[in-house]
Amino acid sequence: MSGLPPYATTGQRAWYYSFRVICGLIFFFLIAPILVIIPLSFNAEDFFTFTPEMLSFDPAGYSTKHYEDFFTNSDWQLALRNSLKIAPVATLLSVSLGTLAAIGLSQSHVPFRRAIMAILISPMIVPLIISATGMYFFYSNPYIPIPFLGKIELPFTLTGTYLGVVLAHAALGIPFVIITVTATLVGFDQSLTRAAANMGANPVTTFFRVQMPLILPGVVSGGLFAFITSFDEVVVVLFVGSAGQKTLPWQMFTGLREQISPTILAVATILIAISILLLFVVELLRRRSERLRGMSPS
Amino acid sequence: MKTSMKLMATTCLTLTATMAVSDGHMADEMTIVSWGGAYSSSQQNAYHTPYMEMTGVNIINDESSAEAVAKLRAMNEAGNVTWDVVDVVASDAIRLCDEGLALEIDADEQLAPGDDGSTASEDFGDLLVSDCFIPQIVYSTTVGYRTDLVGDTAPTDICALFDTETYPGQRSLEKRPINNMEWALLCDGVAKDDVYDVLETEEGQAQAFAKLDTIKDSVVWWSAGADTPQLLADGEVIMGSTYNGRLFSLIEEQKQPVAMLWDAQVFDLDGWIIPTGLTPEREARALDYVRFATDTQRLADQSKYIAYGPARQSSAPLVSTHAELGIEMAPHMPTDPANATNTFLYNYEWWADYRDDLDAKFQAWLSQ
Amino acid sequence: MTEVLAADGRPLKASLNRALRRQKLRALALIAPLLIFILVSFVMPIADMLFRSVENEIVADTLPRTVMALEEWDADSGDVPGEAVFDALYTDMALANEYKTHTRLGSRLNYELTGISSLFRKSGRRVGRFDTDVYTDAFQDADPAYSDPAQWATWMADDTIRANLPITADTYDAWAQMIVEAEGDVPAEEEPWDFVYTALYQDATAGADLPIGVDLSGIEPVSLSAQFADVDEDWLDPEVWQTIKIYSPEYTNGYFLNSVDLLKGSDGIEARPESEQIYVTLFIRTMIMSLSIMGMCVLLGYPIAWLLANLKDSTANLLMILVLLPFWTSLLVRTSAWKVLLQQQGVINDVLVWIGLVADDGRLQLINNQTGTIIAMTHILLPFMILPLYSVMKTIPPSYLRAAKSLGATDWTAFWRVYFPQSIPGIGAGCILVFILSIGYYITPELVGGTKGVFISNRIAYHISSSLNWGLAAALGTILLAVVLLLYWVYDRIVGIDNVKLGG
Repeated sequence: MSGLPPYATTGQRAWYYSFRVICGLIFFFLIAPILVIIPLSFNAEDFFTFTPEMLSFDPAGYSTKHYEDFFTNSDWQLALRNSLKIAPVATLLSVSLGTLAAIGLSQSHVPFRRAIMAILISPMIVPLIISATGMYFFYSNPYIPIPFLGKIELPFTLTGTYLGVVLAHAALGIPFVIITVTATLVGFDQSLTRAAANMGANPVTTFFRVQMPLILPGVVSGGLFAFITSFDEVVVVLFVGSAGQKTLPWQMFTGLREQISPTILAVATILIAISILLLFVVELLRRRSERLRGMSPS
Repeated sequence: MKTSMKLMATTCLTLTATMAVSDGHMADEMTIVSWGGAYSSSQQNAYHTPYMEMTGVNIINDESSAEAVAKLRAMNEAGNVTWDVVDVVASDAIRLCDEGLALEIDADEQLAPGDDGSTASEDFGDLLVSDCFIPQIVYSTTVGYRTDLVGDTAPTDICALFDTETYPGQRSLEKRPINNMEWALLCDGVAKDDVYDVLETEEGQAQAFAKLDTIKDSVVWWSAGADTPQLLADGEVIMGSTYNGRLFSLIEEQKQPVAMLWDAQVFDLDGWIIPTGLTPEREARALDYVRFATDTQRLADQSKYIAYGPARQSSAPLVSTHAELGIEMAPHMPTDPANATNTFLYNYEWWADYRDDLDAKFQAWLSQ
Repeated sequence: MTEVLAADGRPLKASLNRALRRQKLRALALIAPLLIFILVSFVMPIADMLFRSVENEIVADTLPRTVMALEEWDADSGDVPGEAVFDALYTDMALANEYKTHTRLGSRLNYELTGISSLFRKSGRRVGRFDTDVYTDAFQDADPAYSDPAQWATWMADDTIRANLPITADTYDAWAQMIVEAEGDVPAEEEPWDFVYTALYQDATAGADLPIGVDLSGIEPVSLSAQFADVDEDWLDPEVWQTIKIYSPEYTNGYFLNSVDLLKGSDGIEARPESEQIYVTLFIRTMIMSLSIMGMCVLLGYPIAWLLANLKDSTANLLMILVLLPFWTSLLVRTSAWKVLLQQQGVINDVLVWIGLVADDGRLQLINNQTGTIIAMTHILLPFMILPLYSVMKTIPPSYLRAAKSLGATDWTAFWRVYFPQSIPGIGAGCILVFILSIGYYITPELVGGTKGVFISNRIAYHISSSLNWGLAAALGTILLAVVLLLYWVYDRIVGIDNVKLGG
């Protein structure tokens, strides 16, 4: 595909170019819907379509009023604050538990490895509506049932609380941490930890001084995935949360369904900017990780 | 292992710390559930903002009124009610009251008396349709249409909905049997007074569905009050049913090429309920809010922002002009004599009884 | 043969075993916190939901006496149950009305037989006004002790009287409990209600000795079946009673039958009436739409993956951003974008009209139907197809193609016989992933699918938040979960879950 040989026939040439055009169209399909949002968010009218003023590039057709609305409207501000309060804590929880488990899973002898892995990845696979339904019922119980032993009474229930949403989101983010961190650990040279132990480092020192720096890119990108999962999640929060925990996606969803306002497009544009940022961070980390692994003796 | 302990400990600490911060101000917060859109903003302006200024309580808006019965049931089962005051239609209030999910209110004791000296129960009169229901507004569900898309003869009666020959194009109807079934029968030749008797029979229901079948392919089904105004504004539908207040905003505030029919408008009531199972102090605050928000002045204030009729008789003389546009609001009220020449009285008791039955049939019909 | 010893003098085998065991334990100890967390916060909620799909305690809880009395009744007889059942129903209904549980039971049974909900609501309203007050009056007129709450309490604490008046004792206890729980009053200070006197009358006519003798011969017995029939004729319909009897056990497969359009009739399982059959169609539609989305993803994803795998690394990385950006962009952002684009007055239709492909009055209906759902979801899931395809194609050496061509194969043969077979694992992985994700989608179909373009998930959400048929929602969810887990298992077999790649 890298270039057309000079001896190519007309048919080959035609195919070569039409293939490129087809690919171009598919890329357009992928990216255009996202880009179209951006100009529309500067619409001076309250509707979702391009106005004639916008099409003729009349400055009067554009305004930043939807952004102003986002930054002044108390509902959107509450949603933003909640999103920023829930996602980092859920991420922290899934990253800390997930990294430990990934290290455990990457040891050479783990009984039931496959089954454990299947359970830990399942939150990513099970349809969100099912997870949400289950959590909606289960988190309303003021107790945790222990099979065959009875139950542990809790002084509170989790539905409609901050903690409930955080726990649910942490569960949803865990598969991403497990996947990225185990992927980094596959390339990790176990002799490094043994070497460190040989030289007298205790396990904690070994972990923080040797293992952690090498798997850090994986941990961070897993964390970013977990963050975006929580930050972008709407089904579970709709069921488990209450208005006190409404997040940006919740507000966008009810907005799209109930009170359609172009403020949503302004929020969408801001979120696109955030995702571009995250995308670059992950990409950077991936490269760094590859470079680091390239350096480690293997 | 030590590392894991350390990490766990840090996590737990961070968690508890954040939790403490976030739950600290719960005490002076209340969650009020309503319908969203122009309606919620009218409540925000007329009730929430003055109440927050007066008491310092912070009001959180939830737009889940459409799912209020389900959510309240779930909360009640869990014993963890997170809502303080809920805005529902009368038939939902009757259901919630029947199931013990809404607090019974003694109108004269717990609500403010009218400005004109009448007691609350005299002031609200017949509108107190359930022991748990605190009426707020009289609204109507009616039809709006695009003046530029309906051709030369503008529709004059409700049956234009079913006339796809004169008015080809998409129309939007609510995704539930209420109102649609009644209109279908009315336009199929059933007399206004007989509608509910006919609808009670299997044949009557089949007749209504058959009538709806004739337009099924050109209907966009809506589930939120803001849908039809948006669809009309975007030109996605040529006509559609919605609440009269939403049409008012669309026509008068947003100046869209839309007009509305008052023919066969269906009157309904909307108001507050307070969920059962609140802690005494939350219940007291909810009652305090409701007492404030349904006094004569406040109900009249709401009509400055949206064209719904206040539920108190004593508020009617106080209805004035729109807060921004300065136009008289009275002619835009569904109860205005000029508009109420041909109204349809929605029978909430009948619907409280038959809702489950017809919902099931309607949903099955929709997905066929 | 001497045993090999380790440095510490133990046999080497034992020592190695011990080390291995310690290693295993350490690995498990590292995994344990997360595993427990996932079990409690995720797996148990799902198990709880599965349980709800068979749980059915509400009938026996709300109408305990009626359920007992119905045991004697033959559901196939085609007759209405005897007076004893109506007696039991009277007490149960009067109590349920105070606890406000009868409407909920009505809604529950309405899922099985439409019409029961309104029947229960009406009966609950009327049950307090039955003609049974003649009994009350008869007893109270005969002796004032019968109107004394304290006297009643004393009688009902006396074991001999209780043994003598079994129905009254049971009814009084239930009444007293209701007075405490629902009314917050003290039973010894409240006059019993009509249905307690009715129970006393029933005991008396059965020949029991009353605490104070009363001559009851002058009272015209009140037929409770007639009273109920007076509220609604449907109480004399055997079908209503069959439904109550069939759904009286604590566990039921009724929700599962319902989710495949069947129902439990008196003579076993039968099909639902045609007008109520929706779920099989919906499952099939969900499958077909997911397959179409999967097919579209292969069609659009394959060329892109091929292009990316065969370009220079630097160019490929640049183009990869175009794939990854949608992947990282919020689902709601993308769905709102499609809502904007697909409307009749939206950007796509505008462009088509402008080019002249469609007339202004013949704008295409692209949203609120299946087309809308398929277009939007193909866009959303496409990266999940491209990424696994790309990682597989990256491993296919380009020299194979060149070799095939140099041996005389045409471009097409070389691709179809040499390259394509090697890319099949990627297609398989991508397809299963896309299919699994799409079959359970909720948000996008809800927003762009209208009524025809929605999935089974939307139905589940509807039953949870609107129709309140939680059992059916759980049963539908269980079936969906089973399908997804089956595919997950297949995916694990073919690809291996550890091989899932994220972000290239």
